Amino acid sequence: MKCDKCDNEATVHEMIVKGGVKTERHLCEHCARELGLNPGGATLGQLITKFVVAPQGQPLAPASKPAAPARPTPPTSCRGCGTTFADFKQTGRLGCSECYAIFETQLGPLLERAHEGATHHMGKSPKRWEERAARAESDSARRERIDDLRRRLEQAVMAEQYEAAVVLRDELRKIEAQGTV
Amino acid sequence: MTSEGFIPSYETGTEWLRCVGASSDVVMSSRVRLARNLAGWRFGHKAGHGDRQKVLEVCRDRIAAAGLSGVGASTSPAPATPTAPPQIMWIDLRESPPIERQLLVERHLISKQHSKGKPLPDLKAGDVETTDPRGVAIALPDERLSIMVNEEDHLRIQAVRGGLALAEAWADADRADDLLESQLDFAYSPRFGYLTCCPTNVGTGVRMSLMLHLPGLKLTGDIEKVKRAAGDMNLAVRGFYGEGSEAAGDFYQISNQTTLGKGEQAILNDLAGEIIPKIVEYERLARRNLLSKRGAALEDQVYRALGLLTHARLLTAEESMQMLSHVRLGVVMGLVSDVDLASVNALMLLTQPAHLQRVMGTELDQEQRRNARAQLIRRRLLKTN
Repeated sequence: MKCDKCDNEATVHEMIVKGGVKTERHLCEHCARELGLNPGGATLGQLITKFVVAPQGQPLAPASKPAAPARPTPPTSCRGCGTTFADFKQTGRLGCSECYAIFETQLGPLLERAHEGATHHMGKSPKRWEERAARAESDSARRERIDDLRRRLEQAVMAEQYEAAVVLRDELRKIEAQGTV
Repeated sequence: MTSEGFIPSYETGTEWLRCVGASSDVVMSSRVRLARNLAGWRFGHKAGHGDRQKVLEVCRDRIAAAGLSGVGASTSPAPATPTAPPQIMWIDLRESPPIERQLLVERHLISKQHSKGKPLPDLKAGDVETTDPRGVAIALPDERLSIMVNEEDHLRIQAVRGGLALAEAWADADRADDLLESQLDFAYSPRFGYLTCCPTNVGTGVRMSLMLHLPGLKLTGDIEKVKRAAGDMNLAVRGFYGEGSEAAGDFYQISNQTTLGKGEQAILNDLAGEIIPKIVEYERLARRNLLSKRGAALEDQVYRALGLLTHARLLTAEESMQMLSHVRLGVVMGLVSDVDLASVNALMLLTQPAHLQRVMGTELDQEQRRNARAQLIRRRLLKTN
């Protein structure tokens, strides 16, 4: 249904019965607001609170301002060295490697500007980290393989394909024996 | 690792004046610096004296144990020191007299800031130079590798080669980094890479820079175009002694600024494979054009400089540098035949205040230095005349 005032879709519908005469208005949100109607209105929950739960005379939170979800506030100082982000902005220097983790959110856009839009490191990394990453990658691949074998083994047993199940079971045992996941 | 004595070959040892390597008519040296910090320790400016002392001791001992003496060592012995075996010399800068520290700055082995030391919260200002724990390890005899300890970052690894040899300098720095990494745990994050005190260095922590002699582009006025183009490509253009220094004698250092999101090899390829060869060609073209269109004026400038250098009785370091730059241009263009490039290059270093006093064997005030500088230049240039 079109709005009585413009071509937009009508989303606010008003019906008034006065002296036995019924009048209807169908308006879009914008036009309803212009005519002083409150299209957002109160939610059903808010109406219940207003008329049923709230004690008489007690003010209520405005219906148009639902409580904002709690956002985590960024930390103000590094627990490793006590550097604050204000310190950093003043000196251009961080106090310890932990500062990078603590101020990661605030640093991101600044680093992007300083490094041609880059957000992540490319290039050399310490061998220890490379080994750790390779280990994590192979662990993850092994875990996926094990999950897959378990699934297929279960299906084989359900389908009473016992020969295939034995092969899958042996393979599973072999991979599991290579290390604990 | 040795710690006694001082650089034995102060007159000739340094790599960046040896005028060797590709494109050495324009490129004086290629330099790679890596910034590294130890995991679990505060960065220098946030650490107290005790922590800085511990970091210094750990780094000094690990540098000694890392087997670095072979890094960057010449396959054939350096001509000036044919018998000197490669070794790592450790210098505790608290114990070095100011003139020796200045000598290291002039040789580009330490920064001015490292020479002075850091004012620490628990120290009186006057004590800084002799008490701030900091040092430098230098690979002898070539000085191709040096490692500053407790500068802005815990470690600043520097590798340098003569001429356009950035790949070789990177290979040396990379090798030194690998050897040190086997001894030390560096601060690193998968997202941000190597963590540095100043986030402008974070990521690779690498600064690749080339020292260029661009008198041709200076004379034609095209140097401004080069500077603008370099700026557009996120490269820094600095003077002879790095950050904040003037382009004395038409020497410019061009280096990468982006360290995050771009690998070492990509930075190397951009600079050594694309940008620097273009600037070299541009400079050579400017020199050829000057010679064909303003040959007499160019020759006049070169010989005026030579005349001044061989007759003046008082010379400042700045004036010497500018005149030596003109003479250098004359030598590489074949306009001057009886002066050799090695002498000109050596004089650029030896006329710096600390080197001058070392050559003369005595402490000199500013006025005495001007006189001694003119004397040294005359002696060196006229001997070859």
